[in-house]
Order: sequence, then structure tokens, then C-alpha cells
Amino acid sequence: MTLLPSGPPALLALEDGTIARGAAFGCLRGEGVGEVVFHTGMTGYPEILTDPSYCGQIVLLTYPHAGNYGMPDGDGESSRVQVAGLVVRELCRSRSGARRSARLEQVLEEAGVLAVEGVDTRMITRRLRTRGALRGVLALLPPAVAASPADEQGFGAALMERARAIPLMEGSELTTRVTLSAPEVLEPTAGPPRLCLAALHFGAKRSILAHFVAAGCRVTLLPASASAEQVLDTRPDGVLLSNGPGDPAACSSAVAATRALLGRLPIFGICLGHQILALAAGARTYKLPFGHHGANHPVRDERTGQVSITSQNHGFSVDAASLSGTSMRVTHRSLFDGTVEGIASDELRAYAVQYHPEAAPGPHDAVPLMDEFLARLAHPRPWER
Amino acid sequence: MPRRDDLHTILLLGSGPIVIGQACEFDYSGTQAVRALKAEGYRVVLVNNNPASVMTDPRLADRTYVEPLLPATVERVIERERPQALLATMGGQTALNLAVRLAESGVLERYSVELLGARVETIRMAEDRQLFEQTMRGIGIATPRGGFARSAEQARAVARAIGFPLVLRPSFTLGGSGGAVARSFEELDRAVRWALDQSPAGQVLVEESLLGWKEFELEVMRDRADNAVIVCGIENLDPMGIHTGDSITVAPVQTLSDVEYQAMRDDALKAIRALGIETGGCNIQFAVDPRDGKRRVIEVNPRVSRSSALASKATGFPIAKIAARLAVGYTLDELRNDITQVTPASFEPALDYVVVKVPRFAFEKFPGADDTLTTQMKSVGETMAIGRTFAEALGKGLRALEDGGSGLGLDPQLRDPAAVREALRQARPDRIRVLRDGYRAGLTTEELYALTAIDPWFLNGIRAMVEAEEELRRRCATRGGLPSRAELREAKRLGFSDRQLAALCGVDERTLAEHRRAQGVRPVYKAVDTCAAEFEAHTPYLYSCYEDEDEAPRTDRRKVVILGSGPNRIGQGIEFDTCCVEAALALKQQGIETIMVNCNPETVSTDYDVADRLYFEPLTFEDVMEILHRERPDGVIVTLGGQTPLSLARALEREGVPIWGTPAASIDIAEDREKFYELVVKLGLRLPEGAMATDPVQALQHAARIGYPVLVRPSYVLGGRAMTICDNEDDLRAALAGMTGEGPQGVASRVEFGPGRPLLIDRFLEEALEFDVDLLCDGRQAVICGVMQHIEHAGIHSGDSACILPPLGVQKHVLEAMADAARRLALTLRVVGPMNVQFAVQEDRVYVLEANPRSSRTIPFVSRATGRPVAGLAALLMAGKTLAELEVTEEPPPRHVSVKACAFPYHKFPGSDVYPGPEMRSTGESMGAAFRFGPAFAKAYAGIGEPLPRSGAACLSVREQDRMGLVPVATRLRALGFSLFATEGTAQFLREHGFSLEVLARAGGGSPNVVERILARQLQLVLSTPLGPRARRDDEAIRRACVAAGIPFLTTLEAGLAAVAALRELGDRGGDVLCLQELHERRAQPLAGPVLGVQLRVAADHG
Ligand SMILES: Nc1ncnc2c1ncn2[C@@H]1O[C@H](COP(=O)(O)OP(=O)(O)O)[C@@H](O)[C@H]1O
Ligand SMILES: Nc1ncnc2c1ncn2[C@@H]1O[C@H](COP(=O)(O)OP(=O)(O)O)[C@@H](O)[C@H]1O
Ligand SMILES: [Mg+2]
Ligand SMILES: [Mg+2]
Repeated sequence: MTLLPSGPPALLALEDGTIARGAAFGCLRGEGVGEVVFHTGMTGYPEILTDPSYCGQIVLLTYPHAGNYGMPDGDGESSRVQVAGLVVRELCRSRSGARRSARLEQVLEEAGVLAVEGVDTRMITRRLRTRGALRGVLALLPPAVAASPADEQGFGAALMERARAIPLMEGSELTTRVTLSAPEVLEPTAGPPRLCLAALHFGAKRSILAHFVAAGCRVTLLPASASAEQVLDTRPDGVLLSNGPGDPAACSSAVAATRALLGRLPIFGICLGHQILALAAGARTYKLPFGHHGANHPVRDERTGQVSITSQNHGFSVDAASLSGTSMRVTHRSLFDGTVEGIASDELRAYAVQYHPEAAPGPHDAVPLMDEFLARLAHPRPWER
Repeated sequence: MPRRDDLHTILLLGSGPIVIGQACEFDYSGTQAVRALKAEGYRVVLVNNNPASVMTDPRLADRTYVEPLLPATVERVIERERPQALLATMGGQTALNLAVRLAESGVLERYSVELLGARVETIRMAEDRQLFEQTMRGIGIATPRGGFARSAEQARAVARAIGFPLVLRPSFTLGGSGGAVARSFEELDRAVRWALDQSPAGQVLVEESLLGWKEFELEVMRDRADNAVIVCGIENLDPMGIHTGDSITVAPVQTLSDVEYQAMRDDALKAIRALGIETGGCNIQFAVDPRDGKRRVIEVNPRVSRSSALASKATGFPIAKIAARLAVGYTLDELRNDITQVTPASFEPALDYVVVKVPRFAFEKFPGADDTLTTQMKSVGETMAIGRTFAEALGKGLRALEDGGSGLGLDPQLRDPAAVREALRQARPDRIRVLRDGYRAGLTTEELYALTAIDPWFLNGIRAMVEAEEELRRRCATRGGLPSRAELREAKRLGFSDRQLAALCGVDERTLAEHRRAQGVRPVYKAVDTCAAEFEAHTPYLYSCYEDEDEAPRTDRRKVVILGSGPNRIGQGIEFDTCCVEAALALKQQGIETIMVNCNPETVSTDYDVADRLYFEPLTFEDVMEILHRERPDGVIVTLGGQTPLSLARALEREGVPIWGTPAASIDIAEDREKFYELVVKLGLRLPEGAMATDPVQALQHAARIGYPVLVRPSYVLGGRAMTICDNEDDLRAALAGMTGEGPQGVASRVEFGPGRPLLIDRFLEEALEFDVDLLCDGRQAVICGVMQHIEHAGIHSGDSACILPPLGVQKHVLEAMADAARRLALTLRVVGPMNVQFAVQEDRVYVLEANPRSSRTIPFVSRATGRPVAGLAALLMAGKTLAELEVTEEPPPRHVSVKACAFPYHKFPGSDVYPGPEMRSTGESMGAAFRFGPAFAKAYAGIGEPLPRSGAACLSVREQDRMGLVPVATRLRALGFSLFATEGTAQFLREHGFSLEVLARAGGGSPNVVERILARQLQLVLSTPLGPRARRDDEAIRRACVAAGIPFLTTLEAGLAAVAALRELGDRGGDVLCLQELHERRAQPLAGPVLGVQLRVAADHG
């Protein structure tokens, strides 16, 4: 019996044999299955949990407290919790803040998502860092099993075996799980549309769309499977390739559509959209060891030398070497590991960044990028002034 | 942009003596700056008159001027050294204000000195509350509504416009000096006068009160290419209205959503861009309305601040070091993160732990002072604790305070709901413990929030701790026995100490600890790495927590643990940190692995690159033992960190820990009055006659036998806590009543005494000269390093007394007798390392007052005065070197004179007893050095902000027994052209001796009186020796007036004599500036090994 109330025991088993025991919260009937990634942001768990890019992933928050300010109305990046599971050091059962919010544990419960607290999240982070992203299973420990250490071990071992059977992220096409089934049109917040954008919706974050809508754009959302013709049919001024989950190399139809649009319309890609643009231009992508998931990533604009602190969430990256010979050149690089963070072709008016200019969560340093793209639509001119 | 090659010499300003609001955090920043600039290859000239600081170690800067931080002095340094640039953002408000004055007076322009780090317009815009408000309005950032006043009438006008309550904030001050809350016109008038007095600019901001709003701080870095990052967000647990320096603060921010946090970040960046803060660190404070999230910016400090030190330690991001390098041209992305070694400094640290800072107060030192927490800072130190959760960090932070508590809890008295409500109506230092009582008494979070305006998130965190405690108490009571493994682990994860748990289960700490270890509940250590484990950490900067994985492998080198000195407090401050740092560096050079343990975020010792390993942990027996268990060092040094580690010595030895240096048994002899008395007598030395009493009756008997006046003090205290001089039996009775809590002074002065904790009663040696002797001993030989003569007579605590090295006009045989006695004591006590002995000399008879077989407060001063790195040498002795091996021999006294003067926090505590006495009350010290006594003395006093006047009017008021000695003082003052005033008795006496002067009443008594004249700025110097208890109120009024007017208030005849001697020698230019290096040159000796700065990687290299 714990001194303070806590949930029933749960295990997180990773494919490398790491087994961590904690206390469950959220949906106690659920189970979490997926690739485990860690996010180093210290605020913004509501945005993270609802970001469709996390589809198929169990998210571990390195900041120990979660739930401090509940789930405020309006902070969601989509209409539901997207993660496959949540791992934290400590759930805060009382929430603070001036805004109306729901309890984190309750939102998870309603979303059918299992979460666990009380595990040594730093230990797991260090394993993920050294061994690369690992597949894992998060499950409640049945009371009968919890009573005996031997049974618990056996249970853990079985979970681990299941973790090893999870399909690898490489090759996984996950956008179909989070995209729309039919086109949808978002009208500008105020006034008539200034510009029209067609957005290939691979699991777009609300903040991206909200930014363009607030900037006076009509945004037509298209399913991930939309063809170039379907895009052109909306008569847009430009195309937006959204963020989304999974391996970009597995998104063959989106890559094909993008290739067909390249040069015909200005394109702006974010995250998965950036990778798809690179693939469409003929470059390659590869899986990063443990990805970039955080709100403190420095990115340097290679043309101006300016450094932005950015919000990032990606497991794949564009192979810099493979860009040579394509129409794209590297415009941004990560100062953490030198990987490609932005590409552009002024000639084709195609631009993309690997990170999240819309932030949410994270610093707003790169927000102007989105407006720069719009400015380019309105008055065609090269990326750099 | 790479390093600037057009600069060669850079002048760096320190922050001077430690005062409330400006403490050793600026030693941390200055030291980092010196080291960084040296590593970049610049010639660094430092001006700082605080001898206790690490940065004034003459091996650090190229030229170290221990000179007053005044425009005239600095101008002379500039004239001599011709620097191309001045870096003023590392030395707190003192350095910043000084830089502004140098710029305004044209000095910088005249000598073509460029101001680095912040432009004058920027400083002005940030510090001048009015310009600041305009600038913020210009970019659409809200500040509190208010207006500016240069007079009481203007303030009233603002009050009529916005209504009460109002908050007053003077411009260009530090630590909220002069700040206040006014609730009525009367309060406003009083507060405005005080505020205008405190503001160097004579301007005060009178504004709408945001009491009860949430308070936040962001630490920002920006480079000349306009890259900017937030190093750390800090949330104050205490609401607006309690100075951040006095607030419990938490990093990172806990109660803001990302949306709110990023909006604040946007404002911060907008603000510093508008202010034009080009390079370096700055601190920006916000208030947030808890009801609707509305935000106001409160202030920007365009420099490295107290919070920067905290943020550096909290994140592992060395703000001062980076700021120094940005100032000389680098951009953030060109600088490397030392900890990860692969990532640049242009990022925002990610924490995967919680940091809690808890302030340390010293109200017990200032009976009568107002101990409510307000907008003016009153704390004297702080601890920081790192834990995986808020509860864990709070528990650790509270037990690290060394204030008798062991965490949150174990308070003997439980308050009832009414008492809780009463106690929380006004925030006081104990508020956090009152909250616990509140929950135990059944109050709800809502009620407690209504009382305190502390965010419910924090309150609920505390509630969880209390509930766990109650649950465990209940289980222990009903079930009996000790907690289970699971319970222990949970309690530990909630921040409970062994002592708390032991008390809960009714066993002693040791039993509980053994049980805990037997259950396998042990802490693991994790690294502070700036990146939440995303990259590998290369610097072992560690904290404990109760988790699964331990990530710092043990090494097998020869190693030593150095125990630091914990939170600053009066009597134990920066000087002990300086000793620990010097020791770590000296031992490191010998190839010994050094491990530092400390919990004070303001210090140099807690920089991760000082020792080989840093444990940021409380200095309690439990926390230290766990580290020792794990590290199994070859030795532990307990004698350099002051009383804190020393008091652990016995317990550590009992556990079989190898203590380096003086044996614990000897430490015990020195601390135990009875044993020490025996030893001194055995050696044929003299002590003031004394006795011990365990109850008041006995005390009175002893005193009668010994004869009055007597000095009364409790055993086992530091800094002369609760010491009193009793002139007669009535005094003694009053003092005893005060100690037992029956007297009018109540709790504040209560001290424990009784069997096992006897009261010491000594004959008080009147009119005795006092000396401090510092020596080094290797067990076989003892070498005197410095003899200091106090300027005030015995009876003023050695830490509060101005002193001079070498002594002047003392007979050779007296000095020899002291040196001889000190050496014999050291050898008999088998001292290995440093020892300090205090003597009183009365009519040529030498009395031993006490011996401290540890590093003393004076060691850094001795080192600066003589050029000998005493603490470093002491550490090497402890590591087994001999004095002969180190070639340490006794040297003739220096040919120059060094004077130390003390800075007191009286103006922070109006209403408190203001006498210097046997209880230490000063917070810091300044040093003056010159080839003659006069200028040295003048410099030292100018350095504490009380420059001696060259002319004007002096007022003399001395007690009967001082009168004969007054004649030479008066004679010299007259010769210098001073007009003389005196109080009745003194005047009569002086007239009899042929002086013509005007009589003044003392205080309230009549007109004209001293106080009026001081406040009217008609007196420039006051010498007033205490006339005993009956005149105390008048004396207090005079002192307060002097403090307000900023004129020297000399309270002993000796100080008076010294002052006139100094005045006589002061030329128009007030003496020449001298640097330590040239003072030491003639007595140069080979310094041990390479200097500090060289160990730094020359690390401009990125990529
Ligand atoms: N308008 C206000 N209403 C209430 N409290 C205030 C207001 N302005 C400042 N304070 C409080 O006073 C403290 C000190 O004020 P500040 O201007 O930051 O002084 P300092 O320069 O000494 O840091 C702040 O930390 C805050 O708690
Ligand atoms: N017998 C005495 N006569 C006169 N002054 C004394 C006597 N004993 C102590 N003092 C004064 O009290 C001060 C504090 O006493 P000390 O024993 O040094 O305390 P601490 O341990 O706090 O340094 C001394 O610096 C000295 O000025
Ligand atoms: Mg300030
Ligand atoms: Mg402030």
C-alpha cells in the first residue's frame, strides 16, 4: 500500500529487455503498443499528446511532472489524444491555471489511452539515446501476477516479446490513420480569403492551419492520398505539405503527387511534408537513431547565420548527401547534430523545414517562416531578400 | 563572429563587500568572467575590494586592485592600466551604477574605454523606472500603472490618481532597497522619504499594487548577431510583494501552460531587443494575474544577477562565462556547451528534475527588526536543492538550510487553525512550515490560498507531503515497527530525511538509516546535463534521488571530498567558499581527484568546473554519508567550510570516515570550553577567568565570584550568537530572562541552555586589544601566516571589527608571546592544516580567547594581504605534504598595510538594535591596502560606502572612560579644519582642555540635536561611544540617522583615532591605487603550480 493514493501497477517493456514498473493512470482497460520516444520539452504536454505525428508512438516526457495545468481548452493539436501511451515520472493530480481545463488523467481515460507514472524516466531516456528508439508495450499488471515476482518477470518477458513483434517504424505508412476521409475547407478567420492554400493533410497540427487561416488564407484540406490533379482542382496559390506520422519513404502516393506539383505551384512543407518534398525532388530519407523531439533545438539558417530555437518532432531525416544533384539545397541545419532542417529551391518555389515553425509546443522563433511563404505567394520573389 | 582582436586589456568591476541583495553570486560571475577572458588571452584588470572573494585571488587576474569601487578610484586604475574595454555587467548593481557614472562623467570617453556587455543608454533605460516604462509601452508590453515621484507631493498625486495600496520602487537600487508598500497617505509619506533617500537618482516609482499576483523570472542571453535564448524560467512560489530574493523559487516554471510560457518568452525577447541589450545575460521579471493570466513586466536587470547564478546552477548553463565571451565578440552558436561538448551554447536547457531555492534569514541577529517579507530583500543567503519532483526538492532544500529543521515537518509546536490564519496573514520566514501546520489542522487548499496567494499547485504539493507524513505516522503508531521498503522509498521520493522518518517512528536517526540501508533503499545519483539526457554529459555534476539507475560510475583515483559551507549566513559566508575553492584547485593540481559537496547556488565552489566532481547536495549527515558510502574517498576535508562541515566531523569519524587534517578529537577539545580551558592552563597560557552554568541561579553565583562585567554566551554557537556583556547583576538577570524566553525579547533571542549545553560566563576584559592569528601547521611545525590587530577593542566580535595587518605600535614581546602561544596550541592540538587563535591583550597580559582549528573567516584576507595562498597550502598539508616540502616558512610582516572594514545590514533592518557587540552582525567586508596606515584605513572605509569626509563638521560624544583618549582625536580634527560639536558632558570636558565647540543635545532631548543635524547633512562625521543601556535609544537614533545620511558612525575611540590618522594622510586624490601583484612582488615566492585560468580549455572551437 502506498502512502498516497496511486493507480494499479503497470509495466513498460522495451524490446531491449528493459522493464520498468510504475503506477497506471488514464484508461486502465487500455494498453500501449508502439515505438517509445522521449520529448524534452518542459511545457506543452497537451499539444504533444494530441499531435497526430505521434500516432503509433508511446511518448515519454523527460520533464518529471505532467498534468500541472490540466488539459486547457483549446490547446489541443487535434480533436483527440493521438499517442499510443504516455510515460511520466509523476502525474500531478491537482492542476493550476487561470484557463478552463480538464484533468490529464481523465482526458486520457476518455481517449482510451494508458499512461504510467513513477518510472525512472531518465534511465529509459538514456537507453533510448544510446540504443536508439525502441519498440515497447505498456500494460497493466494483473493483480494475480503482481503478487509474485516470478510471475511478474514472466509477464514482463512476454510483453517484451510482443514489443519485438511490433512492426518497425521504417516502412510504416501511418498517415492513413490520421488523415481525413474527404476534403474540407477552412475559411479565413476574418474577411474574404487573401490567398488559397491546398493542404495535403498527413495529420496536420491545428496550429499550422490556424496560423494560415488567421493570416487570411482559405485552406482546403485534402486527404493524404490526394493526387496532383485533385490538388490543382482546388486552384490554390500554393500547396502545404503537412506534418504527420510514420516513414516518409512509405508515403509513395504523396511523394508522387508532390513530384507532379513541383514547379507548377509554390510548395511549403513542414516535418513529414519536408521529407516528402525531399523525396519528391529525388533525395533520400533515413531513420534517425532516436529522433528529435523537443522544444529547444537550435537551427541555423545557413544563408543568414541566424539561429532559431525550434520545436521538433521527427524520427526521420533527409540525407544531406542525397540532395546533391537535385533541385533542392540545404537552407537550415540542426546545431545539435548537423542534420538537415530545411531545404529550398527558389527556382521551383519549394520550401520546407523539418521542424515546426508553428511551435505548439515551443518557442515562436520560426513563426515568421510561414508568413514569408505567404508573402512569396502574393509577390513572387526569391526566398532571401 | 569570432573573438575581438582589437581589445587587449579588459577592466572588470566586482561588486564589493557582501551586502543583503548582493552576495557571493557576483563572485561566481566575476570569477567565471575573469577565467573566461583570461582563457581567451586578454589581459584582465580587476577592481574589487572584497578580499574574501575567490576572484581577488591574485593568481586569477593579471592585475587585482583591491580598491574601493568608486568613480575616482576606478578612474585612477584606468589611467594606470589603460584598458580598451570595461565589463561592468558581472559585478551586480554596484558595478553597473559605477559604469554609468564613469560614462556620464566622461571618463570612459577620455580614456577611450568601450563599455562591454551593456551600453549606457541600455542600462539607463532598464534601471530608470520611468524610461523603462516608456520603452515597454512603446512596444506594447504592459507594466503596472503608476507614476514617478521626486517628492512626497508628487507621490501623493499618484496616490490620488490610482488609489491604495501602492508599491514604491526606487530607481537604481539593489535588493529592493527603499522599496515599500503603502496603504495610506501617512504610510506613503514615510515610505517616500525612505525611498528617495535610498535611490541614487532620487527618483521613485509609485505604482499600483500587484500583491498576490504570481511572479516569474526569465534568464535571457543574447549575442551581437541577435540570437537570443532563455536559459531558464523561474517561478516564485511566493507571490508578488515578496522580493524574489526572499521567495522560495522553483525552476523550471510549473504552473504555466506552453501557450502562456511562450507568450512570456516572446515578451521577454521583445523587451531586451527594445532595450538594446546586445550581449550577455539579463534577467526579466513578470507578474501574472492568477485570475485571468494577464501579464505585466516588472523589471529588467541588464546584467548577470542573483537569479543568473541560480539559473546557471539549476541548468548547468554557465551564464557568466558565456556572457563574458559574448561580450568580446563571439556569438552563441560559436560557443560550445561544456557539458555535452558536442552541442553549442545557442539552445535552451531542458531540465528533467525540479530545482527549489530556499532563502536563509538571520532575523535572530536583529532583535526588533521587522521580520515580515516584503518588497525589500531581507534574506542573507540561500540553498538550492535538486530533486526529481517538487516535493523531493523542497524537502532537500529545507533541510539544507541548517536552521534546525530537517525538512518540511518535525516542527515541535503545532498551530491550531486560528494560529495558522494569524501566522499567515503576513508572510514571514516560517510561512512554509506554517502551511504544513495548516494542513494538519484541517485547513483546505482554498483557505490557504486565500491567506497566502501561493499557487494551489505548490500548496497541493505541500499537502501531499503532509498527507504522506500523516499516513506514515498513523501506520507507525498503529502497527509499530519501522516502515517497509516500499514506504521508505515512497517517503524518500517525497523528500523526507532520515531524521524526519526516525522521529515519525520514534527511533534515532542512526537506527532508521541502518534499517533503510538494510532494506536497500539508497539514493542514486543523476547528472545535471542541460539536455534531459539527450546527449552524453561529460561533467559529473550530480544530485541524489531515489530512482533505479545510477549514472555516475565511481572512479578509482586517489580522491578527497571537500565539504562546503552551505547557505550564507551572518558569520559564515563567502570566505569559507573561497577556502574550499582554493583547496580544490590546489589538490587538483597534485593529481588528486577532488569532490565538492555544497548546496549554495551563489558560490564558485558549485561551479561544475572547480572540482573534478560536484555533488549539489544538502550538507546534512545523511546526505554526506550517502555520498561517502558511494565514493569511498581517501579523505574528507571538514575544516575549510566553516562550522557546517566541522559540526559533522565527530559523527563522520564515528562511521569510520577518514578525516584529513586535524583529528576530530582535537576539534572537539577546541570547541569544548572545559577541555580547552584545561589545555590552555596546562600550557601555562592565560584565559579570561570563566565558569559554566547550567541554570540561572548558578550563572548569577559564578558571575558574582568572577566579578562584573561578564561576558555570557551559550556553547556551540557561531558568530557569537546570543552573546551579551553584562555590566552588573541586573543586566545578567535580564539577559538570562531573554534566553529562557521569559524576557521581553521573546523567541527571537531564545537559546538552549541547560545540562549538556552550559552557559559560558567569562570575565569581560575591558579596554583590551584584540588580535587574530592565522597559522598553518603540519603537526610537527607551525608557521604564522598573519597577525591582525583589531581596531575596535575586545568585545566587538572579531568578524565585525575592523582590523589591520600587520599590527601597528604593538610591542614586540607581546607579538612574540602571541605567536608562541599560537604555535604551541597548534602543536599540542596536532593541527594539520589551518588554525586561527584569538587573543585579547590587556595591560601587556596576553589572554587566549579561543582557538579554531579550522579555516577562519580571516584566511582570505590574510592571503590577499600577504600573497600567500593559505587555504590551498592548508589543503596540501592535509593531503600529507609537510611545510618543509611546500617551502612554507615564516615571513617578516609585509611592508604595506592592509585594513579590513565591515559592512553592516542595518539599513535593511530599521528598528533593530544597532550596536556592534560580541554577536556578529556584519555581512561583508572590504579591504584597503597602502604603504601607510592612513590611506589603507581610508580606502577600507570608503569601500563599505562610508567614505571619510575631508572637511566639515564632526560630532563627538563619548563616555566617561573614553574622554582622556579623545583629546588627540579632537586636536587632529581641529588641525584638519573640522568644526567641532559635542554632547553636553563631552563638550564640557573638551572645553576644559581648551577646545571651543558647540553643544548639541543627543536625540529627542532638545534642540539643536545630533540627529537633526545629521539628517540636515550638517555633520559629516560622528564619533559616539556607547553610554550604556540607558542611552541606548538615543544612540540608536543617531546610528539610524548616520545610516540614512551615509556618513561614518564610529563607535569606539580606537576607530576614531584610526580615522583621524587616515584623514591626516589623505591627499586630495585620496591615496594611490595599488594592485595586489605589485604589493606582493617584493615578497614574491614561487606560487604552487599553474594558475587557475590556465586549466580552462581555450574553447573558441566549435564544430
Ligand atoms: N507593483 C507591484 N506590486 C506588488 N509587488 C511588487 C510590485 N513591483 C514589485 N513588486 C515586488 O517587489 C519585489 C522587488 O521589486 P524589484 O523592482 O524587482 O526590485 P529589485 O530591483 O530589488 O529586484 C519584486 O520581486 C516583487 O515581488
Ligand atoms: N573575555 C572576553 N573579554 C572581552 N571580549 C571578549 C571576551 N571573550 C570574547 N570576547 C569578544 O567576543 C567576541 C566573540 O567571541 P568568540 O569566542 O571569538 O566567539 P566566536 O566563536 O563566535 O568567534 C570576540 O571576538 C571578542 O571580541
Ligand atoms: Mg533591480
Ligand atoms: Mg527584482
